Parts: sequence; structure tokens; C-alpha cells
Amino acid sequence: MNIDLIPEELEFRDEVRGFLADDYPEDIRRKRDQGVALTRDDTVRWHKALYKRGWFAVEWPVEYGGTGWTPVQKYLFANELAEANAPLVVPFGVKMVAPIIYTFGNDAQKSRFLPDILASNVWWCQGYSEPGSGSDLASLKTKADFDGSDYIVNGTKTWTTLGQHADWIFCLVRTKSDVARRQEGISFLLIDMKTPGVTVNPIITIEGGHEVNEVHFDNVRVPTENLVGEEGKGWTYGKVLLQHERVNIAGVAVSQYRLNKLKTRAAESVRGADPLINNQSFARKIAALEIDLRALEYTELRTLASIATGQAPGPESSFLKIRGTEVQQAIDAMTMEAAGYYALPYVPAQYTLDFPDIDRIGEGIETRTSLQYFNNRKASIYGGSNEIQKNIIAKHVLGL
Amino acid sequence: MNFSISDEQTMLADSISRCIDSDYDFDTRQKIVASDDGYSRDMWKTFAELGWTAVPFAETDGGLDGGPIEMMLIMEQFGRGLVVEPYLANIILAGGVLKRLATPAQREQWLAPLIVGELQAALAFAEPQSRFSPNNVQTTATESGDAYILNGKKTFVLNGGNADVLIIPARTSGSSTETAGISLFCIAADTPGISRQRYPTVDGSQAADIALVDVNVSSDSLLGNANDGYPILQTVVDEATLAVCAEAMGVMQTLQDKTVEYTKNRVQFGVPISSFQALQHRMVDTLMICEQSRSLLYWSVMLNNSSDPKAAKAISALKYQIGTAGIKLAEEAVQLHGGMGMTWEMDIGHYFKRMTAINILFGNADHHLDRYISYGQS
Repeated sequence: MNIDLIPEELEFRDEVRGFLADDYPEDIRRKRDQGVALTRDDTVRWHKALYKRGWFAVEWPVEYGGTGWTPVQKYLFANELAEANAPLVVPFGVKMVAPIIYTFGNDAQKSRFLPDILASNVWWCQGYSEPGSGSDLASLKTKADFDGSDYIVNGTKTWTTLGQHADWIFCLVRTKSDVARRQEGISFLLIDMKTPGVTVNPIITIEGGHEVNEVHFDNVRVPTENLVGEEGKGWTYGKVLLQHERVNIAGVAVSQYRLNKLKTRAAESVRGADPLINNQSFARKIAALEIDLRALEYTELRTLASIATGQAPGPESSFLKIRGTEVQQAIDAMTMEAAGYYALPYVPAQYTLDFPDIDRIGEGIETRTSLQYFNNRKASIYGGSNEIQKNIIAKHVLGL
Repeated sequence: MNFSISDEQTMLADSISRCIDSDYDFDTRQKIVASDDGYSRDMWKTFAELGWTAVPFAETDGGLDGGPIEMMLIMEQFGRGLVVEPYLANIILAGGVLKRLATPAQREQWLAPLIVGELQAALAFAEPQSRFSPNNVQTTATESGDAYILNGKKTFVLNGGNADVLIIPARTSGSSTETAGISLFCIAADTPGISRQRYPTVDGSQAADIALVDVNVSSDSLLGNANDGYPILQTVVDEATLAVCAEAMGVMQTLQDKTVEYTKNRVQFGVPISSFQALQHRMVDTLMICEQSRSLLYWSVMLNNSSDPKAAKAISALKYQIGTAGIKLAEEAVQLHGGMGMTWEMDIGHYFKRMTAINILFGNADHHLDRYISYGQS
């Protein structure tokens, strides 16, 4: 056991710092620091900057363009990116569908889809949840009927994050309905969003933002070459994907960055007030949160270390999802608490680049804190709600 | 950075684990607790023969040069077995002071027999008014020629009743909470003027209250320099804090595993109670508590192993976590065992009581959260 970084690790960290200094686009950095939402183009440019350096597909096997990094390298990379307030990679292509394709797809699918995912030429979104199938995902009803040459897809997918930008969607669909277990008869289909019959409708969430969508499929014709793996085995593939998703959403490095920001802010005199950190109950909550986050950081490191010796992340990834989102939400709440009254003005227009400073209400991104708080209540609901995660741990880890 | 332990470390943990499994079942432990000494002299002899009492000492003193990682491995196993033999009092507390401060002559006299298990010792780290602050010392030592006269009261002296020698922090200058002015004396427990009132504690350990009335000790019994004892006292208490956190990890893991097992076997309403979601989610919560605590334990042990400047702060972070999370887990374990968890006969309640003692020992969760904050940012 040793906590010190070895020379190779320190050197790697410097390389990442050099990359961020040189290749993290300045205009994106400014938007991030000012709380301005990124456009599709911003995100793609950031992805491509990572891709050019060979650091976009961190987790992929080296043969497909991955990094082959050790757990410590992955940890350092995530920390440095968070420290620079760089955007998180949009996961649907690179972290979600790609592992399914390179694990279960055929050679034609690998060579057709993986290069475009790696280079961010194609934007993917996820078609799992349906209006009637949330936590009970296996009850999904979107049908794909084989008509002798193609699948004909009918149904509705929902909570489709950034579906408004997407070129392709990966879906769990029902290819057989008279099955013994509902988990059978589900297949994993890749669908071009430009296919006739696909429509995308926005869903506006409580903070007023447009992140998620409903995607409707009306007699959408999908060629059989877009079926990944075997027909009827989609549930198994989808589960593997969810485990990847859960490791990704702990968000430890970002939480550390945000907590440090909050501590800095709380130590300042804001508008002449006594620094908030001098309030004993605030200070104790911050300290407890910091300890909680440290525990999560080392739980993630332990999980990464065990993944490095075994293979795919197992059910223990559910821990990281639960604790990671709980900590994120606690930081949201404390950040909003620090803003006081300035959490309440609802002026999203302030967070555009050309908003005149003279009209700005509050300092910095104070009035955005509540929007983050409201928006991020989603974190304990998506990716399989935290209650579902507990069911998974109870069954697969504790054997209950 | 890595989390793996060496082959030697694995062997150490395995040897303790085997000993507990074969020679330290719960009934044996309960008989030891009920005995006059409150610990087993035979068992202690075995610990010494197997070299465990020598682990944290320098090779030049006859030790094995172990550090925080070895301590963690040993203490976690002791927690698993609810071991009551006074390892903490002798080896970590008294031994921790002696190995840092004793002169060659004092090493010969006290450290050498301690390491081979032939001397029982205790460190009096608390006074009736001190609560959790080792710098709060009102016991006085007044210089008188070539001797010191000690007066005062010590409380909750672990192993104080069985100890052959006592290490007594006493004030040679300064006011009652000043860190400067504390001196450490190592004195025979039967020195005239010392009276000891021994008592068992709720967790099956042994402690004593000690009164010192005009106790005349030679200056040979002073450890280190006069007035400079506090930094070492605090360092040793910190090491002991880290050690009991590792012990708590063994307690918590055992409670978690036993509770899960129990609910799988306990049938009510015609089904194992483990099938109820209300109970499943609680056991998942306690599992996460265990894993989070283990992660912080590793972090803290690794920082202490590399003498990081944040090491002491990390101990307070860990003790806060262990205090809050461990108590929560232990209370849940009793609850999920139902009425059986309430019985003296079953081991669950005894693990709960040890967890309760560990929370209080060297400062409870509140104390350590405040201490953590007192270290400031970074």
C-alpha cells in the first residue's frame, strides 16, 4: 500500500496539464467559468481535441483506439480535467454504445461505427426508458417486428438526453412478446435518427432547461444489419452498459472541484458579510461533506483497481452511483445555501456571453445555483434510480 | 499509488486470523472477560511468541519494524475477534511513548520486557476534567532536589489495574490546558502514594482510576525532557486512534456479515426476513457504510505511512467517519437481529458495545469533526 505517486505518474499528470494549457479551447473555458451552456459544436470541438491527443476513448481496448491507462492514470486524468473545469465527455457514444459494439457487435458493425464514435463525427443518444417503463425497464413496449427484410419499429422512448443533437440512437426494443420472462425477447438496435418516422419532442425540466426529449418511432424501418449481437439477448447487453454508465456517474473529480469552489467562496467576505465558513454549523456540514467525498474518492480508486485486475465493472458499481449522486446533490444544496437570497432570482438569460454586466443580478453564478440544484435532482433518478441500485446490490452483492 | 499489501503483510494478517478462528471463539472470549485479570496471560504469551507484540518496534530494540499498515492488519483482526488482550494499552500506547523517548537504560528496564510480553504497562492519557484533550493535564509534578513529587488524578487508564508500570503525564509548568509544560514519567505501579481503583468497561475491557498523592519519583523516571512531553503524547494518542479505527473496521465488517447471514436464516411470515425490501435497503446502506469506512481507513493509513503533513487531519476525518458510521451500523445490526440482538448470550451486542467504546475512545465523532476543521483548509 502506498499513497505516493511514482515518477511516471507525476510525469503523466504534467502531460495532462500541458494538454489542457495548450488544447482546451479558450472560448469553451470562458463559457464554462461563466456558467454559459455549451452548444453542440462546442462539445464536438472538445471531444475532437481529446481525440487528437488519443485521450477520448479512455476505457476502450487499445486495439480500437483506447488508452490502456492504469487506474491511477484514469484518476489523475479525471482530476486534472475537473480542476480545469473542462466539460465532461458526453457519454452516449464513447462510453455507452461503443463498449456494446466492441463487445457484442460483429466486425462490420465495429468498422462502421467505432471510428466515427472515436472521432465524434456522429452524435449518439440512448433509447431505454419509455413513458410506461422507468425503473421497470423490462416492461418496455417499443416493438420491432421483422417483416421479412427489415425491422419495423413502433413506440416511444423518453428522457432521451441531448436527443435533439443526435444522429443515431441505440434502443432496447421488443422483438418477441410471447416469452416466459419479460427480459427475454428484447433486442439491441441501432437506429439512424434521419430514418422516416422518427420524431423528437423536447421535455422541459423544472429548472427550465431543454436536455431531455421524447423520441417517437412511427413505422421506422431498420435494416437487420443494425441488430447488435443476437436477437432477444438485448437485455443482457443493456445490463453491461448500465454498469459502465454507473461507474461514470459517480463524478468524484467534478464534485471535488465544486466543493473546493464552494469552500473558497465560503471563506470570502461576500458583500461585506462575515465569511460563511465562520458559521459553525455551516463549517461542520462542509467538513462532513468533504470527508464523505474523500471516502467516495478512495472507494472509486479501489473499484478501479479491482476492475484493472478483473474485467467489466460488476454490481459494486452501483455503490458509486448511489454515493456519487448523493454527494453531488449535497454539494448542490450547500452551494445554493451559500448564495442566500441570490439563489432565488430566475434569470437564465444572464448566462449568455453577451449579457450586459450592468444588468446582472448577484455575483458570478450565484443565481445559477438553484438551477443546478433543481436540475440535478435527476441524478438520483437516472441510470436506474438509487432505490433500484439498492435492489441490485441487495440481490447481487449481498445475495438477499 | 497502490492498494496491494506485501506477502509478509498478508502472512501476518493470516496468522492472526487463524489464531482467532482456532483459539478465540466467542465463548472463550467471554470466559476471559469474566476472569480476574480480564485478559488471558496465556494468550498474551502466545501473542509475544508469535512476534505480534514486537511488530511496531525498531529492529535495534528487538522489534520487527512494522508501521501503520501492519498495525491496521493486526487491529482489524483483533476487532473481528473482539480480542480483549491489552495490545492497545501495552504496545501502542505505553510502547509508543517508550520507543520514542526512553534512554538506553530506560529501554533496557521497560521497553525490552514490554516487547517480549513480560511487562504490563499503561499510559494515563485522561483526567476527570480532560474529556478528549490530552493537553488538559492538572496532575502536577513538583521538582524537589533529584526527585519529583506527583499529585493528581487519572481516569480511564486502560490496563491500569494490571499494569506493572504507569506512564503519567504531569504538569511541570504552565496552566491546565497549555501544551507546553507537560512531562511524562514512567513509574512502578506500586510506588507509595499511588492508589488504583480498577473496573471493567462496557465493552469487556479493563480500566482504572488512579490517584497520586505525594508520589515521590526519582528523576530517572522522566521520559524525554521536562515540559516537552505533549507532542509525543499527542502523536501516540493519534497512533492509537488510527489503531482503534482499524479495530472498528473488523467490528463493523463482522457485524455486517453476521447480520446479512442472520436475515437469510430467520424466517417470519413464512419467508426469510431477508426477502423484505425494507430490510434489504438498510443492509445495503450499512454495506456502503462499511466500504466507505474502509476506503477512508486505507487513505488515512497510507498518509500516515508516508508521514504526510495531512496525516493527523486524516486521522480525525477517519475517526469522525468511524464514530458516526460505525455506531449507525452497529445499531442497525442489533435492530435487524431483533430480540436476539438484545441478549447477553449472543455476540452481536458485544460487538455493538465495543463499537460504542471505540467511538468515545480518544475523542468521539463530534470532537474529531471539530479537530478536523481546526486544521483549516487544504
